[in-house]
Amino acid sequence: MDTEQRYHTIAVLVDNEAGVLARVIGLFSGRGYNIESLTVAEVDTEEKLSRITLVTSGTPMVIEQIKAQLERLVPVHKVSDLTVDGPSVERELALIKVRGSGEKRVESLRIADIFRARVVDSTADSFVFEMTGSTEKLDAFIELMKPLGLVDVSRTGVVAISRGAGPM
Amino acid sequence: MSDARMSGSRIVLRALEDQGVDIIFGYPGGAVLPLYDAIFQQNRIRHVLVRHEQGATHMAEGYARSTGKPGVVLVTSGPGATNAVTGLTDAMMDSIPVVCLTGQVATHLIGNDAFQEADTVGITRPCTKHNYLVRDVDDLARVIHEAFYVATSGRPGPVVVDIPKDVSVAEGEYVPPGTVRHKTYRPRLKGDPGAIERAVKMLISAKRPIVYSGGGVVNSGPSASRLLTEFVRLTGFPITSTVMGLGCFPASDPQWLGMLGMHGTYEANLAMAGCDVMVAVGARFDDRITGRLDEFSKGSRKIHIDIDPSSINKNVPVDVAVVGDCAHVLEDMIGVWKSSGVRPDASSVEDWWNQIDTWRGRDCLRYEQGDGPIKPQYALERLRERCEGRDVYVTTDVGQHQMWAAQFLPFEKPNRWMTSGGLGTMGYGLPAAIGVQIAHPGAPVVCVSGEASLLMCIQELSTAVQHRAPVKVFLLNNRYMGMVRQWQELLHGGRYAESYMDSLPDFVRLAESFGVTGLRATEPGELDKVVEEMMAVPGPVIADIRVDPDENCFPMIPAGSAHYDMLLGPNGDTEVNEDGLAVV
Ligand SMILES: Cc1cc2nc3c(=O)[nH]c(=O)nc-3n(C[C@H](O)[C@H](O)[C@H](O)COP(=O)(O)OP(=O)(O)OC[C@H]3O[C@@H](n4cnc5c(N)ncnc54)[C@H](O)[C@@H]3O)c2cc1C
Ligand SMILES: Cc1ncc(C[n+]2csc(CCOP(=O)(O)OP(=O)(O)O)c2C)c(N)n1
Ligand SMILES: [Mg+2]
Repeated sequence: MDTEQRYHTIAVLVDNEAGVLARVIGLFSGRGYNIESLTVAEVDTEEKLSRITLVTSGTPMVIEQIKAQLERLVPVHKVSDLTVDGPSVERELALIKVRGSGEKRVESLRIADIFRARVVDSTADSFVFEMTGSTEKLDAFIELMKPLGLVDVSRTGVVAISRGAGPM
Repeated sequence: MSDARMSGSRIVLRALEDQGVDIIFGYPGGAVLPLYDAIFQQNRIRHVLVRHEQGATHMAEGYARSTGKPGVVLVTSGPGATNAVTGLTDAMMDSIPVVCLTGQVATHLIGNDAFQEADTVGITRPCTKHNYLVRDVDDLARVIHEAFYVATSGRPGPVVVDIPKDVSVAEGEYVPPGTVRHKTYRPRLKGDPGAIERAVKMLISAKRPIVYSGGGVVNSGPSASRLLTEFVRLTGFPITSTVMGLGCFPASDPQWLGMLGMHGTYEANLAMAGCDVMVAVGARFDDRITGRLDEFSKGSRKIHIDIDPSSINKNVPVDVAVVGDCAHVLEDMIGVWKSSGVRPDASSVEDWWNQIDTWRGRDCLRYEQGDGPIKPQYALERLRERCEGRDVYVTTDVGQHQMWAAQFLPFEKPNRWMTSGGLGTMGYGLPAAIGVQIAHPGAPVVCVSGEASLLMCIQELSTAVQHRAPVKVFLLNNRYMGMVRQWQELLHGGRYAESYMDSLPDFVRLAESFGVTGLRATEPGELDKVVEEMMAVPGPVIADIRVDPDENCFPMIPAGSAHYDMLLGPNGDTEVNEDGLAVV
């Protein structure tokens, strides 16, 4: 039996109704599954559908359980495991606040440039950078900002979509 | 304005009527007064007034399990709803269809810590299959129809509809059922033909096959039991069942091995351990079945038929999974089996049966009555004899008496055996029996109980009297929380912490105070007379059977142990060990 823990990115299409997020989160906490990240927003205003993107980890048996349990929730339309259902694109957005002056301030701008982070706010002694990319890229950038005066980080968590023309 | 406009509470009653509801188990309170007013003004639906909301939920479960129809509960907001939580959780664990309507404070008060406000949808989210808070009276009819659909389709379960008081007062439009189709929830009924083909092939290749059936066969309806019986007889294979599936295959049939699991028979558990192909039908590989997972039926290939994909590969990985309703799948399997020219190797299967017969020879349920106190097993055998040939419904509470009842009472048909398996709720038995009795007014209904369990919902005796439900409580009174005492004896060095009940009531006089007949047997010789009288009295009865307080329930596979650690009897009686299984 395969007992290795792996990360999976799972997309869940749900009715955008009261309590639906609580159902999903309650399922994870109640059954002891991990949530590495979770994002949610309405994606279809006419049909009132929201899309939840979850990153979770577990053995293949646990991941299979998670998907089956999600599908069992009444307001869930579709569950798709982007990690195994074919190639997909994953992105995360972060807003990163850095405070500093002189050499450090210049250095943070230089690195932001290399990472293609945008400056969305600046004062005499601070910047807010906006950056999108893979989780790893964001991690790397944040790591580099630490010695340069990192103050605050806000991240969206992963959103993901399958590659190619097909829908979810 | 169409004539479909009416008050929210009339909408509720109309919707229930159109759903075929004839009985509501309920208890009034402020938030549901408009609904009670609507009940008062009609006479198609009967309301059974309970004594505690937990009782209402178990009655609804008993009603549902014995009829196959959903049970309906109506309770008020706040404490009414929280009192219903145990029964809802019980129904969730045992896959029982229940629709529970709860009153709620008016919409503008929600979130205000209003009088008798509780976050009912929040509290019941994890213990229901689904729940709804209805904020608009125009959604009410649709939601109620949807609630019945969700409760009864696929894997059944409890559904809560929380109705704020202003919604039940407001006027809205009634829509009949049928016009409502659920957007997403459509469980699969037919099994995949390829998987069914593979399953039958695997069964045909078996040398040591076993059928392991469960509560899903009851959930599916009586035709699933007929098809299961047909399939088992067609194949000639041995069959065992979980406690939830008792009655799906006739206990009088020679192919029946008895119940499996923690307190299952020696032959059933060893057959599960030693089989080479197992087919699970509507059973969920519960830990009371598998015991230690890494030792569970290591050498077998496994087939699993279940309507809920989340039951598959949850605890035990299987080789062939067939997702679908077991009646449909069994029917297709019978077809494939019949049209296949190949049959299992007859001499291997015969050897297997010989092996099983050796295990049977062990007579694992034997006990000795002697001259001493009444043995609970003997009491059940006397009851069994008295009920022979009659279509009796049996409910139980939770503990030793429950397991003895499962071992010693034979069931020939489904829907005759109601027990709390998954949650193991003490207090279930009496109200469940009342629910069964109300659904089947003329039928004999017996509740096998223990004195500790019975006290948890004893107040429902009053309901039984008021609603003329002549249930027979067969109380195996050992003055102990017997199952707890047994674990303490076997696993905690005989330190009986808080498992003895001092100051128990006199159950005969307790019964009489409710207007119920009280009987007592203290010696083996008195049993037959008491059983006879219990069954003959026209009204409800408590028969206080004073049984041996020291008796333990065997066989027993302690929690988390492997089948070869099975305990077969009081000290000295050998345990099974791995050598004993050399044959398999
Ligand atoms: C004190 C005590 C001791 C116990 N000891 C034992 C014991 O020794 N042996 C024992 O067996 N149990 C025992 N139990 C009960 C045990 O805890 C479980 O409740 C029980 O084993 C579960 O039974 P089941 O597998 O049939 O599942 P159920 O809980 O009945 O579940 C039914 C399964 O069938 C599926 N299903 C539902 N509808 C359909 C359909 N239409 N078609 C196909 N599949 C469907 C469901 O998805 C589910 O997987 C004990 C309980 C207590 C309280
Ligand atoms: C509501 C509840 N509380 C506690 C338990 C734990 N428990 C399981 S069996 C049992 C003792 C039951 O005693 P009794 O009803 O007398 O039955 P006996 O085992 O003696 O036959 C207890 C306390 C439970 N199952 N349910
Ligand atoms: Mg007892």
